[in-house]
Amino acid sequence: MTNAEPRVVDFPLRRPGEAFPPPRYQDYREQRGLVVSHLPNGNRVWLVTRHEDVRAVLTDRRISSNPDHPGFPTISQTMGVPRQEQIPGWFVGLDSPEHDRFRKALIPEFSVRRVRELRPAVEQTVDRCIDAMLAAGNEADLVADFALPVPSLVISALLGVPPVDRDFFESRTRTLVAIRASTDRQRDTASRELLRYIDRLVAIKQNWPGDDLISRLLATGAIEPREMSGVLMLLLIAGHETTANNIALGVVTLLSNPQWVGDDRVVEETLRFHSVADLVSLRVATEDVEIAGQLIRAGEGIVPLVAAANHDEQAFACPHAFDPARTERHHVAFGYGVHQCLGQNLVRIEMEIAYRRLFERIPGLHLAVPTEELPFKYDGVLCGLHALPVRW
Amino acid sequence: MRVTVDTARCVGAGQCVLNAGAVFDQDHDGVVELIDPGAADTHPDAVELAATLCPSGAITVHRD
Repeated sequence: MTNAEPRVVDFPLRRPGEAFPPPRYQDYREQRGLVVSHLPNGNRVWLVTRHEDVRAVLTDRRISSNPDHPGFPTISQTMGVPRQEQIPGWFVGLDSPEHDRFRKALIPEFSVRRVRELRPAVEQTVDRCIDAMLAAGNEADLVADFALPVPSLVISALLGVPPVDRDFFESRTRTLVAIRASTDRQRDTASRELLRYIDRLVAIKQNWPGDDLISRLLATGAIEPREMSGVLMLLLIAGHETTANNIALGVVTLLSNPQWVGDDRVVEETLRFHSVADLVSLRVATEDVEIAGQLIRAGEGIVPLVAAANHDEQAFACPHAFDPARTERHHVAFGYGVHQCLGQNLVRIEMEIAYRRLFERIPGLHLAVPTEELPFKYDGVLCGLHALPVRW
Repeated sequence: MRVTVDTARCVGAGQCVLNAGAVFDQDHDGVVELIDPGAADTHPDAVELAATLCPSGAITVHRD
């Protein structure tokens, strides 16, 4: 066990102008044991940066995802995992076995086979967004006009939101994730309107079931009606901005690496390379546990940094190079353990179809501003772009 | 090479189906099933990869 006093470092929130993942992650990985940091609220947490250690944390049953445990890391009031009393059914904040009831009910909706069946619907959604951009002229904001609406429209189709309501659904979800473009009050209103809409939709599906996720989930009887809106909001939020950021950052990377356009291996490498959900997998120890030779006491917060793990030289050859031909596939961009992203295979086909159709249909696509002027997000837990101005 | 799966541990990530579809599938409930355990010998690398990527440790490769 490491007895030396652990090194204390700044909490890794984004800094304007800094490369991502930040070069200091390499420094942290090279430290013995783990490094200590302090959250914006002053609480002490352990940062986990090596690939092997991140996988160990995310699969250890003595380490919890439940924010009700004392010491659970809270990054800010508006970011992070809500408590069950706030939103019942928000099952990423539950541990096994309570968590498993929700996960098992949802698995069939996101199986490889089911997701393959969704391919034509995703293609149609992507093409419609491209049609609208082409009809509007020769420039667009690829975040607002493409990367955000595609996953929102796909999830609304999956949930069974009637086509006539999809614009409402999309505009409210966009307000919810547009941290810079909307105020706290607007986001609060959008969130309440969405929850009210989802409650009404669930009531409709109870009486008139259709061929959609909500109806099938209700039919399983595994999830109580009062938990349904939490489950559905979680699917919506987990699948929206994350996917949008992967689409937008992937397009930027392809524009500067055009030799990879048309190669579907770009999807997996984009997930690893950009690791947009770096700060999402927050944990707390419920018993004393040793990670990387470091004793973590019960009640201490743990922050596994997936971008650091995905750029670990011990796990990936030349990790800082964007190389879709690499053979290592074991990135943790979707997390690891029982909470690993349920919708990961849907995200993969959304990214694949988005890149392919965009470059097929708009071969002259280019950035409308220099790369260094792109507005990267520094104010959220996810990495991404506020906007992506393009021309053709 | 012998491969076994623990359906109780499976969380339906589908990595095994994506990477070794000749050996693994997901059943009606989305849970892992071995469709052709014998095919593991024909696709040892893919089976190893599936076991490594499985987030819940539901796949075990035995060398006996």
